[in-house]
Amino acid sequence: MRQKIVLAVIAAAAALILWRVFQPQQGEDVAAEADAGPTIAVLRRGNGSEPEALNPHNARTDSAFNIVRDLFEGLTSHDPDGKVVPGVAESWQVSDDGLVYTFTLRQDARWSNGDPLTAADFVYSFRRLADPATGAYYAASLSPVVNAGAIIAGSLPPEELGVEATGPHTLVMRLRSPTPYILDLCTHPSMSPVHRPSIEKHGDAYGRPENLVSNGAFVVSEWVVGSYVAAERNTEYWGNSANAIDKVIFYNTVDTSAELQRYRADELDFTGSIPLPQFNWIKQNLGKELHISPYLTTYYYGLNLTRPPFAGNAKLRQALAMAVDRELLTERITGTGELPAYGWVPPGTNYYTPQSFSWANLAPQERIAEAQRLYAEAGYSRERPLRVELRYNTADLHRRVAVAVGEMWKEHLGVELTLVNEEFRVMIQNIREKQVTEIFRSSWVGDYNDAFTFSQFLHTDFGLNLVGYANPKYDALLEQAAAETDLRRRRALLEEAERLMLADTPLIPLYFHVSRHLVKPHVRGWRDNIMNTHYSKHLSLQ
Amino acid sequence: MAVPTLLVLVVLAFVLMRLAPGSPFSSERNLPPSVEENLNARYGLDDSLGEQLLRYLGNLARGDFGPSLYYSDHDVADLIREGFPTSLRLGLAAMILALGAGVTAGIAAARRPGGMLDHLLMGVAIAGISVPNFVVAPLLILVFAVWLGWLPASGAGPDASLTAAGMVLPVVALALPQFAYVARLTRASMLEVLDSSYILAARAKGLPERTILLRHGLRPALLPVVSYLGPATAAVITGSVVIEEIFGLPGLGRYFVQAALNRDYFLVLGVVVFYGLLVVIANLLVDLCYGLLDPRVQRQ
Repeated sequence: MRQKIVLAVIAAAAALILWRVFQPQQGEDVAAEADAGPTIAVLRRGNGSEPEALNPHNARTDSAFNIVRDLFEGLTSHDPDGKVVPGVAESWQVSDDGLVYTFTLRQDARWSNGDPLTAADFVYSFRRLADPATGAYYAASLSPVVNAGAIIAGSLPPEELGVEATGPHTLVMRLRSPTPYILDLCTHPSMSPVHRPSIEKHGDAYGRPENLVSNGAFVVSEWVVGSYVAAERNTEYWGNSANAIDKVIFYNTVDTSAELQRYRADELDFTGSIPLPQFNWIKQNLGKELHISPYLTTYYYGLNLTRPPFAGNAKLRQALAMAVDRELLTERITGTGELPAYGWVPPGTNYYTPQSFSWANLAPQERIAEAQRLYAEAGYSRERPLRVELRYNTADLHRRVAVAVGEMWKEHLGVELTLVNEEFRVMIQNIREKQVTEIFRSSWVGDYNDAFTFSQFLHTDFGLNLVGYANPKYDALLEQAAAETDLRRRRALLEEAERLMLADTPLIPLYFHVSRHLVKPHVRGWRDNIMNTHYSKHLSLQ
Repeated sequence: MAVPTLLVLVVLAFVLMRLAPGSPFSSERNLPPSVEENLNARYGLDDSLGEQLLRYLGNLARGDFGPSLYYSDHDVADLIREGFPTSLRLGLAAMILALGAGVTAGIAAARRPGGMLDHLLMGVAIAGISVPNFVVAPLLILVFAVWLGWLPASGAGPDASLTAAGMVLPVVALALPQFAYVARLTRASMLEVLDSSYILAARAKGLPERTILLRHGLRPALLPVVSYLGPATAAVITGSVVIEEIFGLPGLGRYFVQAALNRDYFLVLGVVVFYGLLVVIANLLVDLCYGLLDPRVQRQ
């Protein structure tokens, strides 16, 4: 009898727990309400991995940037083609020496809570971005601004930053050197204004949906970590009348195969990427909806220049660079529209003619013969082959590229390549320490559309010069270019620097990336662009 | 026993996590050294490991799980609080499905070992154990969401909510391997029980087969299933990274993998402690159930 009572009590408790657990969650009520009202235009975006933060100062990956671009707006913004257009600043004047930018802000710019958005907000935000106490990953966006470097390094207080509000709608920005791409830099999500009263009230919790006051076309309404971020039309936004989207949902689609199936099941209006192994199937079956566009990214193999065998051995580095058949690589191995890279700065970069290795135009056989000659001159032969390690992080694509390149080096030069597969952060640490690393795979994504974002990577003093390249001539050319106000002369200097660097071959560019999306035909206003930015406010649904 | 076990678990997880090379703040991007120092100082990562461990244990004792290093807008406790309900819903539904279907299948198979039904059910069970989730889940989506269009492809559904329909496919995918284990365990222990002397006595008394199976056979046969069920339930209700990523569900499972990859120290520790706690509770419940199922345990 006692047993039966215990059983009955447990069963009742279990039933109660189950009933609580399976009660509808909040989201279902919201959906039910939405169904009842007039139809609203909901844009459903596949957005890749989980955004790590919605606070522009903490965001650091593309999936977070995509959302921040909808929620916030900087001084400048992009048009659907990825070109720079006015954002919160409706116009600007540049001083004759190119060092002082005076931005005039829109009178009707407001925060999503109705507060007016003024130049003081930008001053506050830029100082906070530079302040090392903030710990912003993209503090370096400000580096062209006077004193930014010293503030980031902690040797000057943030108040010394070269930005100043000379009126409620006038912002003056002083630069260290003429920086023609400063307007591009201002489009970067890290350069968005943040709402001072909210940050002072909530601190780190500013980025939570209930606290986030923003100034873009949308305002965040929900963030279900692991599933989606939802944002609704910001009626306070100055350009609200031109926005055709009422609500946008950024789905977490970290698994690209699952993303494709959700797209096929009509649950997404466009995807953030595509599953590469299914590329051919997609091309045949969804070819009209597939959008492939060049993207400011170079995939390369870096060589550790601080240790043997690559330190001081330019011939060996050139031989390896020449013995890779990049056409074969992009057609057969990657095979999704990538462009073979014979230079470092990707095509499509503003005010720039892409440069190539001097041997890029040689016929394949001549190129191989030349590579073999350099390899021999560097002191290696089939009998005494180069034995070297290539580190890559765990991913099918990286493995396939590494195997193919290793095969080419073996066939043409007799190089014995060992592939070392490492977890991403372990690889990064090894690359930085420059101790065990010999060759590593990486890619460099341009932050803004200017060659300098690529040139700078190989400057001796740039913190992230992963290969350890140090060439005073190269540095001097970059510094000259940085001080140059004439765009044509600046361009010539940067191009010369790239040629000089390519001759040294501190790294081996393999191919230029492309962005890949599937876009439903009912999505209007979609434009492929080199920045791969797609603002929801530019799109509409038919 | 529970507290020392959890303590060992935390210390072990802490040490292992910190032995892994790489920093929570490293990326392919440039983080100025001054900023990295500031971040380390802010999260107390610049103190000695011993101090950090003691501080963490102290905070933990007060119920403070610390901040997430990667999801900087969130606390670890927030992430667990927000993620757990989804994992719990899915996990419980999957376990109920697996238990009901598995026990039924196990009994049915044990009735005539070597028979057609036995082969069929155990074949399904073998497939359930050996075909991984990341194959089953996309197949289910392809058939039921893309081809037939009966169910949504993602748990989150087109209207951005966790709907009952959206839960069907993830629950089935999650339940399949559990179903398989439960069915095999039930079958094996049922066969053993049916061989015992008291079942022989029951048969000799001329009791109907149904009564023998369900009344005299099932209770003792369930013991191994119940002891499996405890830890399995704790594992299933803390989520599955594969199921969550494929169906875009906001559960806890992803953190076990992603947090480790991101070197999100406090999040890793948080989910490990949480999971450890659930395992301890589940084992306690299993012990209680034993008493109900087996009078001998009660007397001890």
